[in-house]
Amino acid sequence: MTALILILITSFFTAGLIVRTKSIVSGRKGPGVFQPWKNVLVLLRKGLIYSEISGIISRIAPVIVFASVAISSLMIPVAGFKPLLSFNGDFILFAYLVALARFMMIIASFDSGSSFEGMGASREALYGMLIEPALFVIIAGLVIFTGQFSLSTLFDLPGEANYNLVYGLIISYIIGNITLIENSRVPVDDPKTHLELTMIHEVMVLDTSGFNLGIIQIASFFKFAIFGSLIASTLIPWNLPVHWRIILFAAVQILFAVIIGLIESFRTRFKMNRNQQYILTVTLISVLLFVVILFTKNIF
Amino acid sequence: MIYLLIFLLVTAFLIMVIRQRSALYVTGLTILTVVVVSSVISIKCLISADTATGLLPAPFICDRLSAFFILIINFTVITGFLYSTGYLKPYLKNKPEKWIKLHYLALIWLHASMIMVPLLRNGFWFLIAWEIMTLASFILVIFEFDEKGTLKAGISYLIQMHVGMVFILLALILSSRGFNGVSFDNLDFYFRHNSNWPVFLLFFTGFGLKAGFFLLHTWLPDAHPAAPSHVSGIMSGVMIKLGIYGILRITTYLSADFAQIGAFVIIISAITGLFGVMMAILQHDVKKLLAYHSIENIGIIGLGIGLGIFGISSGNTFLSAAGFAGALLHTLNHSLFKSLLFYSAGSVINQVHTRDVEQMGGLMKFMPYTGWAFLIGSVAISGLPPLNGFISEFLIYSSLFNGIASPEFNKLIILFIAMLSLVLIGGLALLCFTKVFSVIFLGQNRTAYPHQPAEANKAMIFSQFLPVIPVVLIGFFPVLIIKPLLILTGSIFSLETTALSGSMFASMSYISIGAVSLLFLFVAVLIIRTYAVRKYNVKTGPTWGCGYTAVDSRQQYTATSFVQEYANLAQPVIKTGHSNINYSDDEIFAEKREFHTHSDDFVKSKLIFKPVEFVLNLFRRAAVFQTGRLQHYVLYLLLFLLLIFLLTFLKVI
Repeated sequence: MTALILILITSFFTAGLIVRTKSIVSGRKGPGVFQPWKNVLVLLRKGLIYSEISGIISRIAPVIVFASVAISSLMIPVAGFKPLLSFNGDFILFAYLVALARFMMIIASFDSGSSFEGMGASREALYGMLIEPALFVIIAGLVIFTGQFSLSTLFDLPGEANYNLVYGLIISYIIGNITLIENSRVPVDDPKTHLELTMIHEVMVLDTSGFNLGIIQIASFFKFAIFGSLIASTLIPWNLPVHWRIILFAAVQILFAVIIGLIESFRTRFKMNRNQQYILTVTLISVLLFVVILFTKNIF
Repeated sequence: MIYLLIFLLVTAFLIMVIRQRSALYVTGLTILTVVVVSSVISIKCLISADTATGLLPAPFICDRLSAFFILIINFTVITGFLYSTGYLKPYLKNKPEKWIKLHYLALIWLHASMIMVPLLRNGFWFLIAWEIMTLASFILVIFEFDEKGTLKAGISYLIQMHVGMVFILLALILSSRGFNGVSFDNLDFYFRHNSNWPVFLLFFTGFGLKAGFFLLHTWLPDAHPAAPSHVSGIMSGVMIKLGIYGILRITTYLSADFAQIGAFVIIISAITGLFGVMMAILQHDVKKLLAYHSIENIGIIGLGIGLGIFGISSGNTFLSAAGFAGALLHTLNHSLFKSLLFYSAGSVINQVHTRDVEQMGGLMKFMPYTGWAFLIGSVAISGLPPLNGFISEFLIYSSLFNGIASPEFNKLIILFIAMLSLVLIGGLALLCFTKVFSVIFLGQNRTAYPHQPAEANKAMIFSQFLPVIPVVLIGFFPVLIIKPLLILTGSIFSLETTALSGSMFASMSYISIGAVSLLFLFVAVLIIRTYAVRKYNVKTGPTWGCGYTAVDSRQQYTATSFVQEYANLAQPVIKTGHSNINYSDDEIFAEKREFHTHSDDFVKSKLIFKPVEFVLNLFRRAAVFQTGRLQHYVLYLLLFLLLIFLLTFLKVI
């Protein structure tokens, strides 16, 4: 339960922190940390407008997106705090729930018969397909490393005998990149872009409004918190006292958000056709990590 | 056996002489009789602990493996027959009556032969049943023989099946040396005293041609689009699974070389799965796309089988039991959602009279039930929770990760490849099914339909929703089936599954909890939304056109554009060709042109067309001897006799 509460709290801050970092770095006064949530709350209280062409899918898909991301967050451990749902092979359910959310996003974007939304959908489907192996390769590496089959124990890297902070950092790096790709942030996609042709996530929700848009945004905040918690779990020793873990967890989350903010401030986005290369590079780094783990375990 | 054949012949005769309407009822009644009898026997067989030999007369032997397959076959044949009663209605007017009757007759024979195949161990009877199955399905495939390409696809299917049969025959004969008569039971002895490799490979080729493994798959993408939809559903749902049955049957007899055979099956299945889905994405013909997806799913089933064999080699019961269980469950699951998809695709084709998805769109409004059925099938086949495809993939993943946890390097490489391909297959299937569902059912129609599409008739909708029930049940409550499934797997492959059963049961109950809470959360958020927007009227407005107001339906995203980036990525493996548009010099205003893109199956062009071309050329050259003059033929005769004399004289023969 603590894990879920921590994830929830994180999801309140991360998006705001990113925006705040960006505004400070660019020398603007900028909105407060809670501004993204305030926007969402406004959205939740607004009425709904659907496209004339759209049918039932537009009406239910956002809800499924939200529900599946929310359920997938039940399986995420937070530095030693056990998740609510944990069983052997839960990472498969986790990855496939995220995929279910993607499936629903894509078909919802086609429902309005738009000439733009399919563009984002096409990219989302392709990038999602390309990045999925990275997560699984990391997990395969961790399965060898820890001999466990559940997210709640797999990410207890610091408890292992051969642990070295370097593993934690590499895994954090890969998961960080997965976060950027899954959430369509710079350098894959720029959430602040104004041009439909270059959007990924934003273009898919062009015809989504009010409550539906609100819950889709909440789902994306959740996704940040989920991946952030995974990163925190790989870095923080699980056997520390409770208050230390919470403090360190908060520190890691803030650092994570600030780093994303910095990346978005100083890095430009890739040309669309360079993205695939970038995503494959991330996947290959995860394969490298896998090989390194094989070496540490003397499997060669 | 003989009585059964006589019974079938009598019904055949009956159907051909009576009127069309009663022929339908006779077919239904016969299928129902066969279904009831065989289901009762198989359920008895599943319940009784040992292989019940006494249940059936002589050549038939029923064990749990055959019982499992018979139950799958029965379910899909029932839904297929029900669907056909609706699907064939438009054909009743413009097809000759005897052709419809022949179609139903072939359906009965296909069903009966599919039931017989898993029950027979005796090689002679087995091959007869196998052959009846091929012929019956051939007749079913060429139902629309007056359409272009149908007959050709059918004949290609017929030829390839017979090539497969030669392999099975050869393997049976080889393994039965020194025995009185050929039978699968001889394999037990043969495999214990000989190298397992070659004969397994022969069987794998023979059965793999039916199942559609990589390099042996070329008949599938031709035969399925040619056949009527219920036939595609039955063939893809269950008939190709009999190839899987054959491979599983052989696997139960294996006694050595497990590591190599397992690695071989895993690698070939990984390629099969990836190739199937990669080709599927680029197809615009909806039934061809589904056919390639059958290849993909055969790959997934093969991965399970390969992992199972692999696990035996390292003595890892968890690995092999979960692998085999995953393969068996995926066989069942695929028969459900693939027949469902073929049926709903058939309903769509019946209304819009084309198989090209680019000419469809917006059908969810016209045919909501069919749309829902197709959506459920799409989610299930992409292996997403909370539907059944996820459960079988979960089992295969569990098996994989268990193997990865206790690694030896050589084996790890194989398992790693298997994992990567399974993950990629999942992602690619998602890409493919979001494409096909969205383009067919969502948005607006891209071209004018020949007539206003209407919802399919009741029989068709009913048979589309019949498989939905188990799809949803297995997906939400895998706890109910996991224990029987593992007991079944354990008894078929003589594995000890009690330890696995406990941990799997725990995982499956958590998956059930996850699925149910997903549903609850979904409903809860829907209710909250209704509450939150209660003050407003839900409004509709035009789709965002970026300020452009004259948006028309041709500007929607199409299937080709949706997979454009993927097609570029896949270019090294699958060449996408397109017809060029050249403008002539005196053409000031562009005239109307047609533009086609196509992605060819390189296996078909390299493995089938090229050799066939070569042989045909050879024959053409040999045709110089065929002069048509009697004198020349007499001369050939004389030369031949001389040759014989000479050879005898030299004591060569």
